[in-house]
Amino acid sequence: MRNVLIIWRKELRSYFVSPVAYLLLAMFAVIFGFFFWNILGYFVFTSMESQMRGEMFPMNVNEQVIRPLLSNVGVIGLFFIPMITMRLFAEEKRSGTIELLATSPIRDGEIILGKWLAALTLYAGLLLLTALNFVFLFKYGSPDWKPLAIGYLGLLLQAGALLAIGMFISTLTKNQIIAGATTFGVCLLLWVLEWVGGYETATWASVLSYMSVVTHIGSFSKGLLDSKDVVYYVTLIFLGIFFTARSLESLRWRS
Amino acid sequence: MITVKELTKRYARNTAVDHISFEIQKGQIVGFLGPNGAGKTTTMRMLTCFMPPTSGTATVAGFDVLEEPMEVKKRIGYLPETPPLYPEMRTGEYLEFVGRLKGLRKPELEKRVDYVCERCAVADVRDKLISKLSKGYRQRVGLAQAIIHNPDVLILDEPTAGLDPKQINETRDLIKSLAGDHTIILSTHILPEVEQTCEQVIIINKGKVIATDSVNNLQSRARGAESVLIEVAGRNGSLDSAAIQSRLEKVSGVNKVVFKEKKESRNVFEIESGKGRLVRGDLARAIVEAGWDLNELRPSAMSLEEVFLQLTGQPEAAPKEAAAAKGAS
Repeated sequence: MRNVLIIWRKELRSYFVSPVAYLLLAMFAVIFGFFFWNILGYFVFTSMESQMRGEMFPMNVNEQVIRPLLSNVGVIGLFFIPMITMRLFAEEKRSGTIELLATSPIRDGEIILGKWLAALTLYAGLLLLTALNFVFLFKYGSPDWKPLAIGYLGLLLQAGALLAIGMFISTLTKNQIIAGATTFGVCLLLWVLEWVGGYETATWASVLSYMSVVTHIGSFSKGLLDSKDVVYYVTLIFLGIFFTARSLESLRWRS
Repeated sequence: MITVKELTKRYARNTAVDHISFEIQKGQIVGFLGPNGAGKTTTMRMLTCFMPPTSGTATVAGFDVLEEPMEVKKRIGYLPETPPLYPEMRTGEYLEFVGRLKGLRKPELEKRVDYVCERCAVADVRDKLISKLSKGYRQRVGLAQAIIHNPDVLILDEPTAGLDPKQINETRDLIKSLAGDHTIILSTHILPEVEQTCEQVIIINKGKVIATDSVNNLQSRARGAESVLIEVAGRNGSLDSAAIQSRLEKVSGVNKVVFKEKKESRNVFEIESGKGRLVRGDLARAIVEAGWDLNELRPSAMSLEEVFLQLTGQPEAAPKEAAAAKGAS
């Protein structure tokens, strides 16, 4: 556990001594802010309209603001994850520091866990920044906080899975750009697989659609904690970490 | 301290290390000598548990590298060919990180960082970013990193590669000063480096050990006798080379005088003398007494190529090795 913390600290530090972390935080805050403003503006517009017509549509902040907002964040996340994971192992392989880690009295699993947790911590930092927007929502409205918390949990789980996959891809190359581009492609694919389910009802289509990370974020955004979706993400996390471990091990046999 | 038996590393197409065996006693400095691609780095990587051997065994401080890698890693300090540095860290910060990685804890850790900074002369760049350091400093930070946890065994892969002559001397002195506390293996393809720093030499070529010996024995084995290059010039005009040669041959202890070349008034000879006979003073005196000028007198350096030639006794294989060694230096 101590070794995991050592690696975790070192990784977080290197995110924050380079402009990477600040750039990601700023961009994420701006994009999320735009979505928040946009969705809230639409919500205000529809509620005004329904008032003028005299029709009383049920308006719900949770349903009409938080839910679409959180599903959108899930998609933005896909674009940010490659930038977080691409350097994790590619950089160590390029600069030769992997030799230092591999010849220190520390297990591969501890290195991997430390790096994954550091990446997840940075992503949690991005999400934390978005809480600023919700402060206003709670000040002027009265949304239910529980679905919001579950939505964030879903986002964290989704990020954890994609970060683990990105970390695995980063062990395969010395080149950060290749690692980043491949991770981006995989993330994108895991998103668009969902579309198949939109028109095709055959079994293979539902299997493909089930594999998409976006399919499983839906219930979380609604505020539902579905064990099926939790299992999906946790499985992906384990798979990503497992493949990373195997890849590191094979590196020793080959290099 | 280190026992290697029939250690082998095979890749898909080639065998990098082929059944090598050797033993290293505690407190020795051992030079690992061989041309590039001889298998030095691969052997070191197996000893540091970076990669597992294909077959054979290696034990470091009584622990097998395959059975108990954690115990081996705790007792080894390793400096790879390129120092494993994080450019975005400061020197002190980096050494602290490595110390933690090797299992040091707070009060002890601070003491060790202070100590290695002092020892490796990097105290003045402690707060500097590693990316801003010069090559010589980086190498010393690399060494500091290797000794931070006071390991029993130090493994240094070409510690002087790419440094300027002044830095090379400083690094050699540093390594020699570390010898008392640690058993050291260093690899190199430069023969004088082994002569200057090591007590024991293991020469490997094409993945095989071709000689294991002390430095003194190796020198005499390779040389058999001492040889000196001498350049003689006349005060006024050209000299008769034959006259000089016959005069030099009369000096006691000289076995053979070979005329090398003549440039204007300067004559160059290579002189071989019996082992242990110090003939240089007598040669100088003889030339000066004859009224000639002594321009140059130096022991002729034995190159790695020649050592290989003599040790392997395969003249036809030698040119290839020589080319490899030259290309590397």
